[in-house]
Amino acid sequence: MTVIQRVFRFYYEGFRNMTLGKTLWAIILIKLFIMFAILKVFFFPNFLNSRFESDEEKAAYVSEQLTEKQTP
Amino acid sequence: MDTSSLSLVDLSRAQFALTAMYHWLFVPMTLGLGGIIGILETFYYKTGNPEWKRITQFWMKLFGINFAIGVATGIILEFEFGTNWSNYSWFVGDIFGAPLAIEGILAFFMEATFIAIMFFGWNKVSKGVHLMATWLTVFGATISALWILVANAWMQFPDGMTFNPDTMRNEMADFWAVLLSPVAINKFFHTVFSSWIVGSAFCLGVSAWFLLKKREHSLANKSILIASVFGFLGAFLTAITGDGSAYQVAQRQPMKLAAMEGLYQGKEGAGLVAFGVLNPAKETYNDSINPFLLKIEIPKVLSYLSYRDIDAFVPGITDLMEGGFEQVSRDGCTTTALSAEEKMRLGDKAVQALAAYKTAKSEGNDSLASAHRAEMEANYPWFGYGFVPEKADLIPPVPLVFYTFHIMVTLGMFFLALFLLTGWLSWKKKLDNQRWLQWIALLGIPLAWICSESGWIVAEVGRQPWVIQDIMPTYAAVSALNPTSVLVTFILFAVLFTVLLIAEIGIILKQIRKGPEDVH
Repeated sequence: MTVIQRVFRFYYEGFRNMTLGKTLWAIILIKLFIMFAILKVFFFPNFLNSRFESDEEKAAYVSEQLTEKQTP
Repeated sequence: MDTSSLSLVDLSRAQFALTAMYHWLFVPMTLGLGGIIGILETFYYKTGNPEWKRITQFWMKLFGINFAIGVATGIILEFEFGTNWSNYSWFVGDIFGAPLAIEGILAFFMEATFIAIMFFGWNKVSKGVHLMATWLTVFGATISALWILVANAWMQFPDGMTFNPDTMRNEMADFWAVLLSPVAINKFFHTVFSSWIVGSAFCLGVSAWFLLKKREHSLANKSILIASVFGFLGAFLTAITGDGSAYQVAQRQPMKLAAMEGLYQGKEGAGLVAFGVLNPAKETYNDSINPFLLKIEIPKVLSYLSYRDIDAFVPGITDLMEGGFEQVSRDGCTTTALSAEEKMRLGDKAVQALAAYKTAKSEGNDSLASAHRAEMEANYPWFGYGFVPEKADLIPPVPLVFYTFHIMVTLGMFFLALFLLTGWLSWKKKLDNQRWLQWIALLGIPLAWICSESGWIVAEVGRQPWVIQDIMPTYAAVSALNPTSVLVTFILFAVLFTVLLIAEIGIILKQIRKGPEDVH
């Protein structure tokens, strides 16, 4: 058996023989789905990336924001 | 500043606090219980006694539940950086990028690889390889924590960077100054050692429950002894590094120290408040109302802890607002402290110079741009003061910081005594009949988390209004979002994390009730 086959078999048997682990993996996968497929996509777009293309535009926006937010 | 932007800042802060505090429910258990598992398995490796293996596998199962539920909860904080704190993220991206990238790579490769061997590798790899995988999992988790704590420490004590007004970013000038800053070193060790307390308190409390139920006598006694020794070591080292952290706070964030101690009027030979009740009637720093209804002080200790001199002057909130006292600056020179107004004036100059630099640059006037840039750089240490609307905003919420600091210290001392007592009685085999102590040990489980979370409240609320000390306050860091959308995500997170927490507690309680399985 090659090293790759042995590693694959190690993980395959490990996952197959899980008992409580199956529930935990289900929780992990549901959680990751909620986080990346729902929260990240619909609620947490990157504020600057979603509005500006280049780094120069982002820097100009932040500069404007900071100088505007200054106390008069 | 209008009300809507204030509520946006408050909501964004509340959301970040909620997610960070929930995330921190899982992390210290991983770091602390991981160490205990490593020690237990080392005993199995050394003795070959299958009882040690049975005990290790029981705690490893609880560790696995916590790890699975907690994993990736910290990523939400990174989502929030990009969405809610975009000005801040852009402003510090270059500093944060390196540590967070290293953290991500280490977390993925070290933990993901070795944790698989840890859980799947029993009877498939040698005892030595399995033990190594367990310790490397613990080491990997601890090193992952290093990088995020380095990033946090930089926010408390920004060093090793230069601000580039063209890119509007703080750029890393000295990686080692960021990594090895005294604040980062103290923060890392203080956090890791305090996590040992949490893991040990959990192990001790669950084992005490077994004794109360007259079950799993061998597992409970062996676990109590290991948890007591590991926990005592953790509590002792937490106290030492806590002293180091407080010393750093005194040098770098004196306003936080003053809030921690409820110290309004500075003095030479300042005492440490051992117990105190703040006066809720005190509204402003300069009113004549006594800040305490009741106070028991240990004379001169605060001066010693802050400056290693029992007669040193410790500035209070009023001194820090009004300035005029002698202080040692970052480069070691003695200077006269500036007042809040003076710092706000210099911050204002820095921000205006930045705006003027940008204008001159866009008009192609390089010599004028250079002059404005020089002025901005000269005043950059006070840059953030240019955004502060009222000088009173420079004072963090004193009651919250004061009480959480004293809760943290009191509980730290409680755990030091508890681990010493349980360790001693366990060593003498006299713990089985001490039901009162078993109940206290069980009660210690929630107290350990209260202690740990209190420490973070002191660190983070105590540095308000700063998101980066003296450079950027929260209200300059926040994205221009609709407050309603922040409120919606706040509620979403509250629901998601509460569900996760209930799932974790439910699964862990079920496994504890089930007890350890036979060795396989």
